[in-house]
Amino acid sequence: MTGVIAILNGIFEPGFFASEPVRVAVVVGGGVSLVSAVVGVFTVIRGQSFAGHSLGDLGTTGGSAAFLLGVNPLWGFITSAIIGAGAIELFGSRRPRERDMATGIVLGAGLGLAALFLYLGTIQHSTTGATVTILFGSMFVIRSTMVPVFVVLSLFALAVVVLLYRPLLLSTVSQDIAFAQGVPVRAVGMLYLLALAIAVSLSCVTIGAILSTAVLIGPAAAALRMTKRPGLAIAWAAVIGVVVTWVSILLAYDSYYWPPAGKGWPVSFFVVTLVLVVYLLADLGNRWAGRRAGAHMAASSVDRTGSVAGGEPIGRAASGAQ
Amino acid sequence: MFSGFMVNAWIVATMVAVVAGVVGFFTVMRGSAFVAHAVPQAGFAGAAGAALIGVSTFAGLGTFALVSALAIGLLGKRGRHDAMTALWLVFMLGLGALFLSWSQEYASAVFALLFGEVLGVSTNQVLVTGVLGVVCIAAVVVLYRPLLLSSVIPEVAEAQGIRSQWMEMCFLVVVAMATTTSVPVVGALLMFSLMIGAPGAARSFTRKPLAAMGLSIVIAMAIVWIAIAASYATDWPIGFFVGTLGAVFFVAGRGWAAWRRSKTGRAEEAGQPATRPAPVLTVT
Repeated sequence: MTGVIAILNGIFEPGFFASEPVRVAVVVGGGVSLVSAVVGVFTVIRGQSFAGHSLGDLGTTGGSAAFLLGVNPLWGFITSAIIGAGAIELFGSRRPRERDMATGIVLGAGLGLAALFLYLGTIQHSTTGATVTILFGSMFVIRSTMVPVFVVLSLFALAVVVLLYRPLLLSTVSQDIAFAQGVPVRAVGMLYLLALAIAVSLSCVTIGAILSTAVLIGPAAAALRMTKRPGLAIAWAAVIGVVVTWVSILLAYDSYYWPPAGKGWPVSFFVVTLVLVVYLLADLGNRWAGRRAGAHMAASSVDRTGSVAGGEPIGRAASGAQ
Repeated sequence: MFSGFMVNAWIVATMVAVVAGVVGFFTVMRGSAFVAHAVPQAGFAGAAGAALIGVSTFAGLGTFALVSALAIGLLGKRGRHDAMTALWLVFMLGLGALFLSWSQEYASAVFALLFGEVLGVSTNQVLVTGVLGVVCIAAVVVLYRPLLLSSVIPEVAEAQGIRSQWMEMCFLVVVAMATTTSVPVVGALLMFSLMIGAPGAARSFTRKPLAAMGLSIVIAMAIVWIAIAASYATDWPIGFFVGTLGAVFFVAGRGWAAWRRSKTGRAEEAGQPATRPAPVLTVT
């Protein structure tokens, strides 16, 4: 945090752009939230918010294990998120209720392990800040040497979503139709969970394990409130995600001299608050537009991809009886 | 292990197990695992805030859990319930992170809030837990029939004039109260493991609601008691044992159900339409 000390002087404080930690945070944070937002659109449509959140929490397990072993937390996050995704897929069934319960069991076991690793790590390293750092993260402590790794992983997650766009969308809308058309539904689902695990791991390291859910679900849910086309929703989600993250970094930087503590508010707080505000605004706007356009909305039918062009019906279908 | 300072922990844990068993049964029936996870975590922010301004963490936690339950119920009414739950949850956690960053609270206190602490349970906490627990159970007893009906077949419940929206709200409030009882000993993160693991396992053994609820209480008690004993013996955090045992019981229940199904299936000589076997589970 010493790197971000500067004098409060306008919106962009002097030194904002010159500061190395801030530059890294802007690049990495922006990139990570872009990836998360894009991947998140499918998470929301598929009704897998709980799974997405759980993978973040499970990242805590890996992060704390990495802390215990003294390796880079990113590897811990990724390993545990992938194992968690595999376990959720293995336990889960197609019924959303059963799937949520399986997710909950995996999550509970993972959190228990995290408690143990953190405890052992704290004893071994005799430091106490690890719990907070791992759970809540800090964007200003990313080392610039990690940037290439971030880029490669981000590109992989994006590539999965782009390459699988159509089969993924189809199997999201109707597993049966997708299966009839020869889409390997199970494999597509697995690959998607892998991309989700990587995206979540990346945001775990930047904005913290638990709060990674914010950039995954928030921009995507807001975007799906604004448009019904999945492609457009992805673009909107990416824009919202990146803007929210950048504004949050700026606010966190500016908050250095804000009351009450005089040591900067956490970036995570700004991210989650902005995300919630954007979603609620999009929700309000959607309702307002819905009331105005009433009859026109009902006519939405089929778009180019041959899938049902309606964000909400897809989500309702996927999340079942909820 | 049963000396003076541990007695309170045993009492509180037992009450928590009863509440978790009963409330958790409905959580599983309703498929509300995510909400059961979100409300305790939201309560954590309240506890952090209470520590900041120097009031009882119980009060802070209870208030935030209650507000969160109502907020999730109201805001999630339309559209994507799970996305709204996720957003509210992370908003609360962000608030918690903010409070923590202000308060200079020791990390160990945070750790205890999240993952549970066996030692130092005060008599006052025992009383509060007891009162809240009784209120919780009473609420479930009063709501038992409509809640069960709206959980299992919401359409029929609606037809009988039971507003499922109301039931959801009542249920969320009960979850918030149950959460508040649990936190001093079990910890915010692991309470939900108790609320899912025990009834999830119980449901594999019996299909009768009351029997499942009773079994769920028994399993929750077993989990908590073993966890306290193990935590006392090893000095490891109790949350670890609660989380792991919850998964172990759940997997055991699923395994038993699968084994029984394969046995009866063989006995009936494949005349039945093939029921899909439950996935065989492995501990990760």
